Amino acid sequence: MQEWANQLCENRQFGSKMTDSKYFTTTKKGEIFELKAELNSDKKEKKKEAVKKVIASMTVGKDVSALFPDVVNCMQTDNLELKKLVYLYLMNYAKSQPDMAIMAVNTFVKDCEDPNPLIRALAVRTMGCIRVDKITEYLCEPLRKCLKDEDPYVRKTAAVCVAKLHDINAQLVEDQGFLDTLKDLISDSNPMVVANAVAALSEIAESHPNSNLLDLNPQSINKLLTALNECTEWGQIFILDCLANYTPRDDRESQSICERVTPRLSHANSAVVLSAVKVLMKFMEMLPKDLDYYGTLLKKLAPPLVTLLSAEPELQYVALRNINLIVQKRPEILKHEMKVFFVKYNDPIYVKLEKLDIMIRLASQANIAQVLAELKEYATEVDVDFVRKAVRAIGRCAIKVEQSAERCVSTLLDLIQTKVNYVVQEAIVVIKDIFRKYPNKYESVIATLCENLDSLDEPEARAAMIWIVGEYAERIDNADELLESFLEGFHDESTQVQLQLLTAIVKLFLKKPTETQELVQQVLSLATQDSDNPDLRDRGYIYWRLLSTDPVAAKEVVLAEKPLISEETDLIEPTLLEELICHIGTLASVYHKPPSAFVEGSRGVQHKRIPIRSGSGESSESQDTGGAPGATEAPAAVIPSQGDLLGDLLNLDLTPPTSTAGAPPGPPMPMGGMDLLGGGLDSLMGDESEPLGGDIGGSPSMGSGFGAPAAVMPSSLNAPVGGGLGDLFDLGGGVGMPMGTFVPPKTLWLPAMKGKGLEIMGTFARRAGVIQMEMTLTNKAMSVMTDFAIQFNRNSFGLAPAGPLQVPTPLSPNQTIDVSLPLNNGGPVMKMEPLNNLQVAVKNNIDVFYFSCQYPISMLFVEDGKMDRQVFLATWKDIPNENEAQFQINDCHLNSDAASNKLQGSNVFTIAKRTVEGQDMLYQSMKLTNGICVLTELRVQTGSPTYTVSLKCRAAEVSQCVFQCYEAALKN
Amino acid sequence: MIGGLFIYNHKGEVLISRVYRDDIGCLSTPYPSWERNAVDAFRVNVIHARQQVRSPVTNIARTSFFHVKRSNIWLAAVTKQNVNAAMVFEFLYKMCDVMTAYFSKISEENIKNNFVLIYELLDEILDFGYPQNSESGALKTFITQQGIKSQVRDKDEQSQITSQVTGQIGWRREGIKYRRNELFLDVLESVNLLMSPQGQVLSAHVSGRVVMKSYLSGMPECKFGMNDKIVIDKQQGKGATSDDSAKSGKQSIAIDDCTFHQCVRLSKFDSERSISFIPPDGDYELMRYRTTKDIILPFRVIPLVREVGRTKLEVKVVIKSNFKASLLAQKIEVRIPTPLNTSGVQVICMKGKAKYKASDNAIVWKIKRMAGMKESQISAEIELLPTNEKKKWTRPPISMNFEVPFAPSGLKVRYLKVFESKLNYSDHDVIKWVRYIGRSGIYETRC
Repeated sequence: MQEWANQLCENRQFGSKMTDSKYFTTTKKGEIFELKAELNSDKKEKKKEAVKKVIASMTVGKDVSALFPDVVNCMQTDNLELKKLVYLYLMNYAKSQPDMAIMAVNTFVKDCEDPNPLIRALAVRTMGCIRVDKITEYLCEPLRKCLKDEDPYVRKTAAVCVAKLHDINAQLVEDQGFLDTLKDLISDSNPMVVANAVAALSEIAESHPNSNLLDLNPQSINKLLTALNECTEWGQIFILDCLANYTPRDDRESQSICERVTPRLSHANSAVVLSAVKVLMKFMEMLPKDLDYYGTLLKKLAPPLVTLLSAEPELQYVALRNINLIVQKRPEILKHEMKVFFVKYNDPIYVKLEKLDIMIRLASQANIAQVLAELKEYATEVDVDFVRKAVRAIGRCAIKVEQSAERCVSTLLDLIQTKVNYVVQEAIVVIKDIFRKYPNKYESVIATLCENLDSLDEPEARAAMIWIVGEYAERIDNADELLESFLEGFHDESTQVQLQLLTAIVKLFLKKPTETQELVQQVLSLATQDSDNPDLRDRGYIYWRLLSTDPVAAKEVVLAEKPLISEETDLIEPTLLEELICHIGTLASVYHKPPSAFVEGSRGVQHKRIPIRSGSGESSESQDTGGAPGATEAPAAVIPSQGDLLGDLLNLDLTPPTSTAGAPPGPPMPMGGMDLLGGGLDSLMGDESEPLGGDIGGSPSMGSGFGAPAAVMPSSLNAPVGGGLGDLFDLGGGVGMPMGTFVPPKTLWLPAMKGKGLEIMGTFARRAGVIQMEMTLTNKAMSVMTDFAIQFNRNSFGLAPAGPLQVPTPLSPNQTIDVSLPLNNGGPVMKMEPLNNLQVAVKNNIDVFYFSCQYPISMLFVEDGKMDRQVFLATWKDIPNENEAQFQINDCHLNSDAASNKLQGSNVFTIAKRTVEGQDMLYQSMKLTNGICVLTELRVQTGSPTYTVSLKCRAAEVSQCVFQCYEAALKN
Repeated sequence: MIGGLFIYNHKGEVLISRVYRDDIGCLSTPYPSWERNAVDAFRVNVIHARQQVRSPVTNIARTSFFHVKRSNIWLAAVTKQNVNAAMVFEFLYKMCDVMTAYFSKISEENIKNNFVLIYELLDEILDFGYPQNSESGALKTFITQQGIKSQVRDKDEQSQITSQVTGQIGWRREGIKYRRNELFLDVLESVNLLMSPQGQVLSAHVSGRVVMKSYLSGMPECKFGMNDKIVIDKQQGKGATSDDSAKSGKQSIAIDDCTFHQCVRLSKFDSERSISFIPPDGDYELMRYRTTKDIILPFRVIPLVREVGRTKLEVKVVIKSNFKASLLAQKIEVRIPTPLNTSGVQVICMKGKAKYKASDNAIVWKIKRMAGMKESQISAEIELLPTNEKKKWTRPPISMNFEVPFAPSGLKVRYLKVFESKLNYSDHDVIKWVRYIGRSGIYETRC
């Protein structure tokens, strides 16, 4: 009571002081009338009070538009504060009362002539904010004057006003020649005018992608760089962001710009620093790597990035999201800075999660011990998401740094001992991945895992555990009991668990057929007869039929060797990464999405690219000069008609990847279940319900490790804006850094005759480690083509599109377009004849077309295919002689070194060279994406145009294809 | 660019709303407060959201919201475009600085009391969503709470304002006069440490700031020098004997990185590593820096935790001061976390006062002063309630707070020279004060 009274007294005291808060007090009925009277009062003070009340009401969301004429009447005043309030009101309500707004025009025009520059600027600034067409007409003359005003304050305001006007009426701005005046302001003597002109021009240019409005050339760049040293922090940001769009002519210009931008890295404003980093990251790409300056620049980038982490948490978050990109693009910059990403106890959760991400990216053999100690610490924190991520991170470390795997596993086991439910579950999910990466190494921990079976309540963890039990059924004595216990509540489980359970029990049955017959029958009937889930039923029926017809084949299929999982599963797809690097500091870099994914309309939808080093031919040439037709050029076989395509689904699917016996001969293979194309294009890619590969895609995490499309965007934030997804991949083709891989010339894959007017020429290329299918689509029909989609049949190496086919539709008649489709090798596998045959289905609004083509097997040679000498020797001896094949290449006039270089471009690595009696012997190795190693011996007789290739490989089938590659690469 | 700026109170009521671009609201709504859509979306999705904020950037219906919070006031910037996110946050912080400069604390009451002023400021410092000059020093010359009568000002004064606001030296006006030219320079450092229970330094760094107060007449040119290793090595390269370099090499420090107030000529720093500037008038932060090498860790914490059965913990913590015996550390506070199920605590300490604070789940041990090269100890017995929770108590680190009268990084100010050629005062006439304060940042020892 006493307290309340005190408060009352205080309030009274306060009331006597003049404060504005009283305007916020709740209002009674009839207030509008009262206000009206006050606004029309003769007393200036009272008028001002009334306007303040109006603005306060406006702020809290009340409709005070009825007072429009009365407020506008107060505009004619020499009190600047009152004038500003009236202007504020006008900006809010003019739109709803366009006719009345005209009343204000006179005052604006008059104010634009005021002797006080502050008032002139205020008038032109406000006028631009009143988005009424009729007013904009009157705005032109005052604006023109203000753009040439003697006072820089007025000019800088007018510069922004041009952008405002352009937003309302672009045509008007162009017609009135304001753009040219704005361009002139770039040479203004005042740095702030320059900065605002740059900002305005950049914004206008965004809506005219090809206008060349900014017209950046070395002279104008020089002006910008001069202004950069003098203008406000914000101005520096505008200028740096604009500079980032420029493409220097050569490496020298690029270096000189970098030199003048680097001092900005010491600015106190983080946004200036990040924008400078963006310019440097982009232009650095153009510098030769052996240049001293290049190394210096790399070193200069690290400290400012680290300093960003001592900014306020929100900025830290922005910085970390950007660092995440930078680390993926150039890991060397921050590789020694691991410690600064250690999580602090008081960091906000969003900072913690981001730091964790970067820690994993930076983890290496050198720092893994420290990282693990930290991760273990984090796994005991409070925030559930963070703890889960930390546990998962431990698993990722194990997969990334082989030497640490053992320690990671034991850390995970320690964590399982804590019995904290979600920690245990997360640990089991990652241990499963570790098993996949290092088979037959850590299975001793299975017993511990089995103890925790009961505590698992999340589908992902249950599925992972079931997979483990099924996979290692022969080592777990009571595997049948364990699986049986899951079976009791079969119908309550999620699909993921059901599918996994089905597969696991079938595996168990194949391993221990005698004791588990009953169990397998039970699960098969649960899956097929009692379930209405089509995926589950399909898988059930397939197993059933397989087991009943040919148990031996079943064993080969279900218990087949699985390919190992790869290290980094969540890297951003390279073309997207490049684009995001060009957007450092912006929202796109925070969301890790291209602007087109969250910006509406035309703005910012154009793609930004990192300039590629010019001036030296070595990089760009190899892709263009693939003129000589190589051996890879196989006649494109068009799969005839659709009628006979629907072959026996089962027959087709059951061909095991490794067995050669069951593969039906002859190339024209019906594509399994063409109806897949109809709607669920994605059902072939990374979908778990995919029947045979059931083992492969056991859980989402595995699925993603395995070639789920790299560019699937989380749909939670945005549905793609009309075709927004299409921007993920570059459409121009020929992007990225050419690696010197031999690219065969495009051949005709689908003639227009068979494609109802659609002609497809195509080839394959490997660029920066990514296999690209490059196609030229031509519309030779009379009508527009839209809705393109592509799908592959199963093929020998599991090639599959890494994302949807990006055709900017509509493709109008006679239009030709180049499309580049990144591929991965996570698709379903089936041996083809010939081995490198690929059957493709392309769909558009007209029909579905099928054709087959052959890819040079060198596309599949991975960058790390260089074998250790000792390993090479041992392997060579190890492979039986019947696997050796010999070929001759005629008419080749290269010496052995040149040949070695050429082959290196295709990721064929020379391990050793020996010269015996004028004969050079090159020992070479290559590795395919699926892990198959090929060893060759290339004999070059000096002076003789005939080469001899001896080739050894465990999978002898690939020999012919490899030989073709040799020939193509050497003769190209 | 920024489409709109809103200020909310803790309940989510709008105190200030300024819209710069139509795109953030729904244009089809004819009635004037169309921006309400965005306003409400933020309130519902962020302010009223139950769980803690998971990101400072939120995307709701293709509109992005950036927010910062000051006490219980939310500032939100809204946009529909791919804006420079770092800039938006920097701007929001700047906005807070400006408001603080005008009416000190950012509180609901102050905002309501000054809403006209805030609108005026928002009109000035953000044009069509582009930040403009936002130095409070400059703003104060023409945005006042009194309201300027346009005819009162003479022409010279007006153009002086505009040239300052747009000029190269936007942070200082001409014609400043002081009878006594004075400079205060504070080196404020916060030393951060994360130590393992075994006493191994997991990470340690100092983040320091050089904060100045300058009361100087005219447009003085200043030059600041410190014992930066790069500068000292360079000077020694120019003909000092190797003996000298060994001696002074010890005193120089390696600065990992530094950033400067916009008044510092960055290109000059980049090329010559000299710090020269025309200072703003009054308070400002000249530079920030970071060091990680050869840090003097003022205190060492040695923890010993023993679990006696399931219902008792024994904790012993020793702190050792590790600096010159003649110096005094102040405001020392050690926080020893206790489990959630603590039922009672008995503490014995040799120095200072220690108390168990149930609300903080910690034993707080405070010592007013402690000289260098000393050591002190606390021991506590913690009684625990038996629980059936499976999860083991995870021990948060022991944290420490203190203040010491030196710079833990080893930074020393070598000189701060003032040149003003037009007015007749020289460097010698300026009274300069230098002070070093080292404070604990996050100073934690795991136990």
